Amino acid sequence: MKRARIYLSVLSLFLIAAPFIFEARYSQHVLILVLLYVALGSAWNILGGFAGQLSLGHAAFFGIGAYTAAVLASKTSLSPWWAMIAGPIFVLPIALVVGWICFRLRGPYFTLATIAVGEVTRLVALNWSDLTGGAVGVVIRPSIFSGTSKVPYYYIVLIIAVAAIVLCHGISRRKLGYYLMAIREDEETAESIGIDTTKYKLVALAISASLTAIAGAFYANYFLFVDPTIVLPLALSVEIVLMAIIGGLGTVAGPVLGAVLLKLSSEVFRNEFAQANLLIYGALLVIVILFMPGGLMGGFRRLFKSGTRKSQRVSA
Amino acid sequence: MFLLEVKDLTKRFGGLVAVDSLSFTVSAGETVSIIGPNGAGKTTVFNLITGFHQPTSGEIKFDGSNLVGSKPHKIALAGVGRTFQVVKPLRGLSVFENILVGAFARTGDRGEARRIAQDIIEFTDLAALGDALADGLPIGMRKRLELARSLATGPKLILLDEVMSGLNPTESKDAVDLIRRLRDERGISAVAGVEHVMQVVMSISDRVIVLNHGHKIAEGSPSQVVDNPDVIEAYLGK
Repeated sequence: MKRARIYLSVLSLFLIAAPFIFEARYSQHVLILVLLYVALGSAWNILGGFAGQLSLGHAAFFGIGAYTAAVLASKTSLSPWWAMIAGPIFVLPIALVVGWICFRLRGPYFTLATIAVGEVTRLVALNWSDLTGGAVGVVIRPSIFSGTSKVPYYYIVLIIAVAAIVLCHGISRRKLGYYLMAIREDEETAESIGIDTTKYKLVALAISASLTAIAGAFYANYFLFVDPTIVLPLALSVEIVLMAIIGGLGTVAGPVLGAVLLKLSSEVFRNEFAQANLLIYGALLVIVILFMPGGLMGGFRRLFKSGTRKSQRVSA
Repeated sequence: MFLLEVKDLTKRFGGLVAVDSLSFTVSAGETVSIIGPNGAGKTTVFNLITGFHQPTSGEIKFDGSNLVGSKPHKIALAGVGRTFQVVKPLRGLSVFENILVGAFARTGDRGEARRIAQDIIEFTDLAALGDALADGLPIGMRKRLELARSLATGPKLILLDEVMSGLNPTESKDAVDLIRRLRDERGISAVAGVEHVMQVVMSISDRVIVLNHGHKIAEGSPSQVVDNPDVIEAYLGK
């Protein structure tokens, strides 16, 4: 416990100092991407990892968050940063309707339905040109941070990522977390011990979708350009899921490890191996899935025997 | 007043009448066995009472209020616990966590839930296995975990579907002890579904109801029931 606190302090110091250690703009950009995906993976994990509802439609929530910023910038005089608040507000009712429909389906059928939700959202964005600029997209003028420094963006995304992790950690130790895990393991059992499975799945979806929308709003403000192929592709949904699975489903640290490994390696491979980068990226995925079925967290757990699980239990 | 009151309960699956105008009652603190051969309709009765199936017709009253049409989790929260014939442990969770999830039905407070779970894990004699994953338990322990998890929700009545199936003699004896202590130490009523006419189970039952093809063919004290010619016929044929 004490040692964990020391590691955590060192890590916090590192994260706070990181933009000054890595002064190159490209390195800072990679750090921002990693943290963005940490937030996305953690958000997805609440629904997919804890509650066991494998969504392949999270790009929809990300895209709606991003487009909220774009529309604020192009249609109003408000700062697109307001999308960090407005995004989740728009996403919430959409997520609840989606959940109300999709949660009637179980397992692979649910997953297929979420793919449809993502694709429908993408097509709407593509065709509703008046609002979204269609395939041309929207260029956003920088509002608060107009300089070229990436440092402010780094700290904002750091806050989002840390908030997502803290939220996951809090959920995992509380009634909500246990209820979601019970739903994941067996819905009938969950009902038999008094768990309103529909309600708790909707709660998980609402939290997960809102966080994802916040990440999307940040993304739009950072990249200053939004179009359907960038913020609403199926590939984005898949990437989020991969990170959580590679890291370890249903664990707080899993999506964090997954995001760090996948994002860093994909950037490194792209620089080192040019055209072959996706091939190597794919091989890495296969290796992790083959040899660490529980994800990186599962692998670590086996390495340290049951030590971590036990200490978790005692402290929980 | 009765704790559970089942009146003219009927369930049809297509042309099959699984439960045929069944009526019975359970009083507070009473242990009742429902016995009957495979396919007699015991599990269907449990599924109807706990809201997993909707009855075709009939009434189910618990503690004075109607249960028909309520969702399973509402019925669980009203105080009707159940176990499943084919045990359904929350596999990825430890034994303690399985029980803890049940305890959260009573409280949102983590400390309080842990205290309840600790009490139940000791009552059910599973404390030594607290950290073990539910997935790896032998069948006897899984059955007991089912009971413990349900018990943690604080039920007034618990429905035990096939508590004895698949258990070896030692495990059966432990299970019977546990059911007896449920009533004697906690005052919880139980309805135990049992396939075979097992003297041990029946000996702890205040009353026995015999089902065959969804009909109630006999009801009474354990000794009355085993001497009933209809019961002997249902089990052994003419």
